[in-house]
Amino acid sequence: MLEVTASKRLGEFVADFSFSCQAYGITAVFGKSGAGKTTLVNMLAGLVQPDEGRICVAGTPLFDAAQGLDVPVERRRLGYVFQEGRLFPHLSVRGNLHYGLRRAPPDERRIGFDQIVTLLGLEALLGRRPAQLSGGEKQRVALGRALLANPRLLLMDEPLAALDQPRKQEVLPFIERLRDELAVPIVYVSHAMEEIVRLADRLVLISEGRVEALGPVEDLTSRLDLRPLTGRYEAGAVIEGRVLGHDEAFGLTALSFAGGTLRVPRLALGRGAEVRVRIRARDVALALTPPEGTSFLNIFPGVVRDIGREPGPQVDVLLDLGGAALWARVTARSRHALSLTPGARVYALVKAVAIDRHALGRASPDR
Amino acid sequence: MLELTLTPLEREALALSLRVALWSMVLSLPFGVLTAWLLARREFPGKALFNGLVHLPLVVPPVVVGYLLLVLFGRRGPLGAWLYDSFGLTLAFSWRGAALAAGVMAFPLMVRAMRLSLEAVDRRLEAAARTLGAGPLEVFVTITLPLMSPGILAGAILAFARSLGEFGATITFVSNIPGETRTLPLALYSLAQTPGGETGALRLALLAVVLALAALAASEILARRLRERIEA
Repeated sequence: MLEVTASKRLGEFVADFSFSCQAYGITAVFGKSGAGKTTLVNMLAGLVQPDEGRICVAGTPLFDAAQGLDVPVERRRLGYVFQEGRLFPHLSVRGNLHYGLRRAPPDERRIGFDQIVTLLGLEALLGRRPAQLSGGEKQRVALGRALLANPRLLLMDEPLAALDQPRKQEVLPFIERLRDELAVPIVYVSHAMEEIVRLADRLVLISEGRVEALGPVEDLTSRLDLRPLTGRYEAGAVIEGRVLGHDEAFGLTALSFAGGTLRVPRLALGRGAEVRVRIRARDVALALTPPEGTSFLNIFPGVVRDIGREPGPQVDVLLDLGGAALWARVTARSRHALSLTPGARVYALVKAVAIDRHALGRASPDR
Repeated sequence: MLELTLTPLEREALALSLRVALWSMVLSLPFGVLTAWLLARREFPGKALFNGLVHLPLVVPPVVVGYLLLVLFGRRGPLGAWLYDSFGLTLAFSWRGAALAAGVMAFPLMVRAMRLSLEAVDRRLEAAARTLGAGPLEVFVTITLPLMSPGILAGAILAFARSLGEFGATITFVSNIPGETRTLPLALYSLAQTPGGETGALRLALLAVVLALAALAASEILARRLRERIEA
């Protein structure tokens, strides 16, 4: 469990966070820049002292203003992966990795040196200096260094933000692997929704120094009232499904979900594997009757639940497909032409090619 | 003709100078690091005054420093008497006093170099080390000190070179005793005061220049090596 009530005044900015949630898996902290994400993580780590409040991780109190408790950073045993890596320039990669490991209590060393080196693919880098590493390699080393301290919880503050797209794609699979292979709970700060959908189990949505909402990723991204915070351009719904089988001839994978069978480009997953698919609102079209002679592989009957009220030439329509929520973005004109109102029966058309592997994540363990 | 081998007197002055400069540098190193740390990282009442005191030897005449040392550390001075009674240690009119005078005079230079390099140390690296389980003192020893080591080295060499050339405070505090406190500059001064000592004075002047250049070159080479080790 992660229990936080912490307030801090920083000049004009006031952070006042209050939430509690499960800690296992990945908890994403999402918010625009300036929302107070880093302040929150620094208060957890002990790098910033809250003015008031109480912070408790896995039953251990780390900070309690009322009792005058403030466990020093080095004794909190929370790992921290910073945006800029912060590798020690005077030590080799090996030296950096050993720095935390050497200081972890011997009876709490569950994660070993060789395991991390293999998991993060660091063999070839061990003898190098941080100055000789690329941005992606630096973040992998920073990740390994934090994990080798065998923390009770790993904090990651926008670990990919300083990397370009190819480097991000290089590091992301490693984060997925450590989530799946090491039982270290992670708090993952980001302002990139695609990273969160791919990695996170639950989402803490923050804005202007406050927690606005907390819950499973798919619930929060489908809520209309949170749209100003989750973002409109990347708007989409997250659907949980299970691999039914593969169509080898055409290179497709069939996923079953609450609304039917979804066909997507071939996934390297076994039958029965649970996955989470993000379908962007702009990749979903609507029809009143099931179209024929179409290239759309995925056609699902559903009911209009809600319609976005944001002004502009486009509107977002929330659909219910047999229990699964899906967003469609259509023009205001189409909405008028199809007379879309809540309760209307429609067909959702989803292009299979719109779903790529970057839109995939592991199924949420919270449910 | 310039004779290249040193005379016994020259050798004595050179050896004494090196001994005095080395001791003054080594003994002031820990105080230099501590002072640099206090000035760069700490806020405390009287910091401005402390800063002024540290830098005083740069701005007051060396004779004043020597005189103050004589008052404080002379056999009957408050600190001098205590040192003699407790440890049987006499500073006045001994090479140890010369080392003290040189150390005090060179101290501001040493602190300045160290302070600059300490201020350049990225404090975010220190925060990262703490999240990895290192306490504040451990962080200082394993992260801060290595990262500021080029500045420590530069400060040490600068202080060493400055100590080699110390004159005013030395002659005031410990006088000009052959074999005991007559370092290179003092020997040069004596020769310059003696009729017919011109050649000897010139030789010592050249020796001092060579020595200073060697110290500076050594400092450059070592600093570059250290930087390479840090930045690789």
